[in-house]
Amino acid sequence: MRRARLEHPAVVRLCHWLAVISVAILASSGLEIFAAFPTFGDKIPQVDLFSPPESIRLGGWLGGALQWHLSFAWLFVGTGLAYLAYELPTGNYRQVLISISERHGLWPMIRHYFFFGPRPAQNETYNPLQKLAYTTALGLGAALMVTGLGLYKPVQLSWLVSAFGGFRMLRIWHFAAMTALIAFVPGHLVMVALHGWSNFASMWTGGDSRG
Amino acid sequence: MQRATGSYSTQTRRELLKMLPLAGAALLFTERGRQAGVSLCDWVAATTFRRRHSATAFHDRDVTAFERFPLNSYLADDPEVDLDDWRLEVSGLVSRPGAYTLDSLRALPKVVQNTRHVCIEGWDVVGNFGGVPVAAFLDFVGAAKDARFLEVACADDYYESIDMASARHVQSLLCYEMYGAPLTRGHGAPLRLVLPTKLGYKQAKYIVGLKITNVLSSKIGYWEDRGYPWHGGL
Repeated sequence: MRRARLEHPAVVRLCHWLAVISVAILASSGLEIFAAFPTFGDKIPQVDLFSPPESIRLGGWLGGALQWHLSFAWLFVGTGLAYLAYELPTGNYRQVLISISERHGLWPMIRHYFFFGPRPAQNETYNPLQKLAYTTALGLGAALMVTGLGLYKPVQLSWLVSAFGGFRMLRIWHFAAMTALIAFVPGHLVMVALHGWSNFASMWTGGDSRG
Repeated sequence: MQRATGSYSTQTRRELLKMLPLAGAALLFTERGRQAGVSLCDWVAATTFRRRHSATAFHDRDVTAFERFPLNSYLADDPEVDLDDWRLEVSGLVSRPGAYTLDSLRALPKVVQNTRHVCIEGWDVVGNFGGVPVAAFLDFVGAAKDARFLEVACADDYYESIDMASARHVQSLLCYEMYGAPLTRGHGAPLRLVLPTKLGYKQAKYIVGLKITNVLSSKIGYWEDRGYPWHGGL
């Protein structure tokens, strides 16, 4: 039986939703962990930056949050590896990763989205601005894994800690990458909402490729 | 692009079924699932532990001032150890079990080091620690070389257990001095563990007993029994 080419192959759809689950758990449990020492400076004197609202924390206390964090980190890393294992050999990454040659397409897209400019012609599944957003989100995911690994094993991976400017800087990088990845979500949801139900459904069923 | 020849709904249903593995993530939403994830972390931490890899040693100028080295819960729970009567009870797989005085520890070769103390909460300080390497003391009391665990009893209600590879790490100390002076009550007088390859909660204070064993008791550690990971390696 011949079939329509899918916009989202099954592996990509699975990885997408597994990432949604793991990022939500990791971010909320991470905020509970942060709440145990809500600053990036000294312990004495301790100057708290802010206390994340209880409603968006997960785990109840530091130990409970760590259990969520350390277990879902496996799911997050596993999902990332499965995604790589699919994208690299199939060449599917070309659909989502922006290449340097596409940089000229960024400004016309920004003009179209934010300043009522004309819609640029599109002959790929995703436009350059979309690809930049996806590339950034994937990069942030990778950064979160690397910085998280360094925070978990700062002695065994002392070179990694040094590369990020020390243990305290690494905490800042980890937190900043989480914030940036979460900041991607509202924009992503707005775009999905604008494109309607079929766009959302395609992340479950695969959908038809418009490419 | 060729359209599907099968009906659209058949294909949709088939593609939706492929999302079933998502339900597997539900396992991690159970307490047992999460504990399995943490145990996997512990197992990887133990198997990748590099015995000969040292934690960073710092210059004296990078050491945190003594007044700024946190005491944690001391103010609430001073076990009021009688320092004159103190003995270290050594038991388990050793050829010379018994009660050891602080002087017998001081008589062993002393190591002084500036190493980082990392708390599970996320803060860190660099301290100056002096004491006898755990490995040297274990050899002194004739501990079995192939024993797997070191259990630590404390004068307060704290207790710990450490994997032997970490306990015998070259920077692991039975510490009786900080900043060149005998350990203060706040820092665990007269004896505490200093393990630069482990998180702070593994580094028990007010030590009164060491047991060398191959079988962990049902109580593996004060915080571990409340949910912290057992390995706690950095």
